[in-house]
Amino acid sequence: MLKIKNLEVAVEGNQILRGLNLEVNAGEVHAIMGPNGGGKSTLANVLAGREEYEVLAGSVEYNGVDLMELGPEERAHAGIFLAFQYPVEIPGVSMSNFLKTALNQTRGARGQEALDAMEFFSLIREKLKVVNMDEKFLSRAINQGFSGGEKKRNEIFQMAVLEPKLAILDETDSGLDIDALKVVSNGVNTLRSKDNATVVVTHYQRLLNYIVPDFVHVLVDGQIVKSGDKSLALQLEDQGYDWVKDELAEPAAA
Amino acid sequence: MSTEQETIEQFTNTEYKWGFTTDLETDLAPKGLTEDTVRFISAKKKEPEFLLEWRLKAFRHWQQMQEPDWPNVNYPPIDFQDAYYYAAPKKQEQLKSLDEVDPQIRETFDKLGISLDEQKRLSGVAVDAVMDSVSVATTFRDELKKHGIIFCSFSEAVHDHPDLVKKYLGSVVPYTDNFYSALNSAVFSDGSFCFIPKGVRCPMELSTYFRINAANTGQFERTLIVAEEGASVSYLEGCTAPMRDENQLHAAVVEIVAHKDARVKYSTVQNWYPGDENGKGGIYNFVTKRGICLGDNAKISWTQVETGSAITWKYPSVVLKGDNSVGEFYSVALTNNYQQADTGTKMVHLGKNTRSTIISKGISAGRSNNSYRGLVRVARNASGARNFSQCDSLLIGDRCGAHTFPYLEIHNKGARVEHEATTTKIGEDQIFYCNQRGIDTENAIGLIVNGYCKEVFRELPMEFAVEAQKLLEISLEGSVG
Repeated sequence: MLKIKNLEVAVEGNQILRGLNLEVNAGEVHAIMGPNGGGKSTLANVLAGREEYEVLAGSVEYNGVDLMELGPEERAHAGIFLAFQYPVEIPGVSMSNFLKTALNQTRGARGQEALDAMEFFSLIREKLKVVNMDEKFLSRAINQGFSGGEKKRNEIFQMAVLEPKLAILDETDSGLDIDALKVVSNGVNTLRSKDNATVVVTHYQRLLNYIVPDFVHVLVDGQIVKSGDKSLALQLEDQGYDWVKDELAEPAAA
Repeated sequence: MSTEQETIEQFTNTEYKWGFTTDLETDLAPKGLTEDTVRFISAKKKEPEFLLEWRLKAFRHWQQMQEPDWPNVNYPPIDFQDAYYYAAPKKQEQLKSLDEVDPQIRETFDKLGISLDEQKRLSGVAVDAVMDSVSVATTFRDELKKHGIIFCSFSEAVHDHPDLVKKYLGSVVPYTDNFYSALNSAVFSDGSFCFIPKGVRCPMELSTYFRINAANTGQFERTLIVAEEGASVSYLEGCTAPMRDENQLHAAVVEIVAHKDARVKYSTVQNWYPGDENGKGGIYNFVTKRGICLGDNAKISWTQVETGSAITWKYPSVVLKGDNSVGEFYSVALTNNYQQADTGTKMVHLGKNTRSTIISKGISAGRSNNSYRGLVRVARNASGARNFSQCDSLLIGDRCGAHTFPYLEIHNKGARVEHEATTTKIGEDQIFYCNQRGIDTENAIGLIVNGYCKEVFRELPMEFAVEAQKLLEISLEGSVG
């Protein structure tokens, strides 16, 4: 589904990703872990198409097309979803209006008919259950006055409505208490299927107790330096990222 | 005979000497503005003498006045002698139904999406369509008549209800008020008149569509709304104009009188030609709108959505004379490209426990300049007066400007006046968030801007709110990137 080859990316002139390689197939859950500043969020944002990220080299192929050629909304239409680390507030725009616009524009781009108000509301009522949220939530302005937990639940709710093929969760666990973490994880697990894939970007192993990954990758200094199964996450939790760094440093020293 | 009357007669006589008879048939006043022009208009409209006199007084006063230079707008000097002050559509007989309307005029209305048929059938709105200064159709007259409501063109009111016109004309905005109101008083061509008798709630929204059509014709509309004790009415004014090359001057006057316990809600969607993307052409819109709460517990509410005109100069105001009376001003003013707007309100608290609310939302895009200018004045005897003002500015791009000029004149120590102001920029973050959910940038800006204006839009009648949202989106097209 996703093939990233030798990707190099700069933000405001600073190179962050330095030759990153990653392959994700349908049905898989990948966890990207690593220390702060390693490039985890950069990877998430560049996949979503954020403008200020400049691709210097490498390629990203998504279902056979060059992803970097697509604008952010075209990527969304193609099934890429980013759960934001810091969801943005948009005053005065209700969640239902926002989601209806998003869903119908996406459906239009896919050659599907727009949903009318009735169809739309019956769909989103169903999806609210996935994240255990009240209907009142739909008339609130996007993320305005939301608690940290509500913002993250809102991201997963939107993901449930838009049904992406490739979901990227950027530090979705940060700032969540254990109950909210369970709700969010439960939402993600409900949406897992053999046809879609999830990339979970996280600093802590904690989230991976709930969203169990098939692969764990360690991202340090703009490169994936180590990959493994879920046990790698536990090892990282135990020994910290310095252990990976030390291991990397050794061959160089030798 | 007084000297004034002598003067009038003198001019009445000279009028024909100057050969105005042929012009009467051509339906177009000669270019320029003199007392003869004023007489021409008045004669053309077969007006009673009191009105001609009033017009002439206004004209003479106007000649003594200077064009105001305090608004935060720039434009080349206007040559008031280089414009036409009266134009009427060719066919001008009285019409009984819409079928009698000139097909070409109806076609234009249809193009603008304001087909009178649709209006009539779907919305139940009585429409008094003003095109090129003269009403071409009035609907629902009979239904309104049953309630004793008068809703007609200003010219008709002058003929059918001269006493009411005489009593209220200029009572809120005297011709001495300002340069443009004096000009309007001298040469106003037509407009709307609305009278709601004591205790009557108007059963439908009253609506007027204005359009500017003939090239180089100054438009001088005059609207007068009177709500007697306990009466209430919601009045809609909306307008669109076709593409134009030359600047067109528009100086309207709207007066509202609300007696004891009366309520008047006045909503405007203004969409005149703003000029092209290089700032060429566009309407100059210098409007005086004012209401007075004459009696206790009266309420006047202005809601405006301003997206058009090259230059807007407009301050819908309320004089709160009656005790416990209420004034409201809700405004969205959008400027794009090279548009300039200097708009706001005046709330003048004279009575006790009077209250006013001001919610102003300015949106600037392109290279436009958008200013809020508002005055809150509390008189010495207006104990218990309260005002809340909120003035927000939204910037799109980095070449536009937003300015806020609040004036507070508080002469009563017990008054409570609050003013809040914010300036924000549409964030790249907000747009990207929308993009990531599949919404393209143009729609994203539409969503964000409409969200920002929500507090004002919810004051608009339903069908107007929908129109206003569409209008904002259209007006912002191409403002990104």
